[in-house]
Amino acid sequence: MLGLAFFVVFVAAWSVFTLGGFVSPTFLASPITMAREGWLLFTEYNFIHDIGMTVWRVVGGFVLASIVAVPLGIAMGAHKGVEAFLEPFVSFCRYLPASAFIPLLILWAGLGELQKLLVIFIGSVFQVTLMVAVTVGSARRDLVEAAYTLGANNRGIVKRVLIPGAAPEIAETLRLVLGWAWTYVIVAELIGSSSGIGHMITDSQALLNTGQIIFGIIVIGLIGLVSDFAFKALNRRLFVWSTL
Amino acid sequence: MSTKLSIQGVSRVFTSPRGARTQALTPVDFDVRENDFVTILGPSGCGKSTMLRIVAGLDQPTTGRVLLDGQPVDGPGADRGMVFQSYTLFPWLTIAQNIRFGLRERGMPEAQQKERCDYFIAKVGLRGFESHFPKQLSGGMQQRTAIARALANDPKILLLDEPFGALDNQTRVLMQELLLGIWESARKTVLFVTHDIDEAIFMANRVAVFSARPGRIKTELAVDLPHPRHYTIKTSPEFMQLKARLTEEIRAESMAAAEH
Repeated sequence: MLGLAFFVVFVAAWSVFTLGGFVSPTFLASPITMAREGWLLFTEYNFIHDIGMTVWRVVGGFVLASIVAVPLGIAMGAHKGVEAFLEPFVSFCRYLPASAFIPLLILWAGLGELQKLLVIFIGSVFQVTLMVAVTVGSARRDLVEAAYTLGANNRGIVKRVLIPGAAPEIAETLRLVLGWAWTYVIVAELIGSSSGIGHMITDSQALLNTGQIIFGIIVIGLIGLVSDFAFKALNRRLFVWSTL
Repeated sequence: MSTKLSIQGVSRVFTSPRGARTQALTPVDFDVRENDFVTILGPSGCGKSTMLRIVAGLDQPTTGRVLLDGQPVDGPGADRGMVFQSYTLFPWLTIAQNIRFGLRERGMPEAQQKERCDYFIAKVGLRGFESHFPKQLSGGMQQRTAIARALANDPKILLLDEPFGALDNQTRVLMQELLLGIWESARKTVLFVTHDIDEAIFMANRVAVFSARPGRIKTELAVDLPHPRHYTIKTSPEFMQLKARLTEEIRAESMAAAEH
């Protein structure tokens, strides 16, 4: 409730500044203008399609990254050899900004969907790999030992101790990185794109339509919030034991 | 009775990353006979847990070897069940799934798993808690589950490393009676590490006293109290006598340990 109150305060301050004439409408649209522009976006400009495209890119790139990064991270966390082999490279790649790859990716993959997915993929895959590796690597030693004395072999340890033990934290990692993926997708859409929320924002910039820009930003925030809640709820349901 | 476990010249030297060497265990020779309940009694930090870990295969001896049924031990295995002092139930598995862990790992048919699990759940008095998670249970119940989990595997020997050390006194006494009751009916070979003198006498038919670090077995003492044992035995003259003697032995070692 208190959290909601701040949203109200924020919108009120925004209204005072814009409707009171303290800020020029060219620079910042009022909440009312924004709402009206938002309505127009849906009715006139097929904004739903843009939202759909953006969501699909985020989810697509994120799922691809997860499919690669989670098994890789588990392998690194479970086997010291794999970790020693890959960790320096992955750590290096983690610091490469995904947005800096956009020109290269356009050169390699063109302006199509593949390029957008790759931006998300590059932005997420190294982060997830490292975080999963750390999670799996920090498994409780006494649980591993207990499993050995119960007759588990190395495969059993990975499958029945390391992975289930790390699963809730891996899911948390994915939730966190999904949030970051949202920032990459907009950057990817700002450059060389013909659809998506980011593309709409660039278009509106050319027309100095700050109402639409702000509306776009808010929609991104809302979708992010909803997906985050959904992810959290899913994790809680899947891993009841970890919240006991 | 035949020798079940044979510890032959086992010693352990720990080397720190800087190269400093600590002798945790001077060569120990020790035999455990079939169906023996042996307690290893010693002050903390004397190397008794190190020895148990070597028997379990979780640690490698610097010299010597361990034989189980004449076969040398290398690495951990299901034939040596272990109960740890820390709570080592898998928190993502229910009580029943925890007990079935080893059986599943072995590929035992589902129906048989269930049957064995039910049997041991009843044995440790946890009926009704099958689908609880470990965190929903008290420390004593968790350790009972750990005992059931180790026993369900039907190990040749049961190793316990201060399993009741983290429990309050009342629970601890009840757990001792429970474990002793299981041993009296099932006649397992048991090696039990503790620093509690009462516990050592009450449970065992043989007590091995460890010296202060570097550990070695200082004295062995047979406990000829009759079975089944009841907690009242702890106030009997025979028990008191054994206790007085062991208290003296342990006191000397604790003082030696404190001087270092």
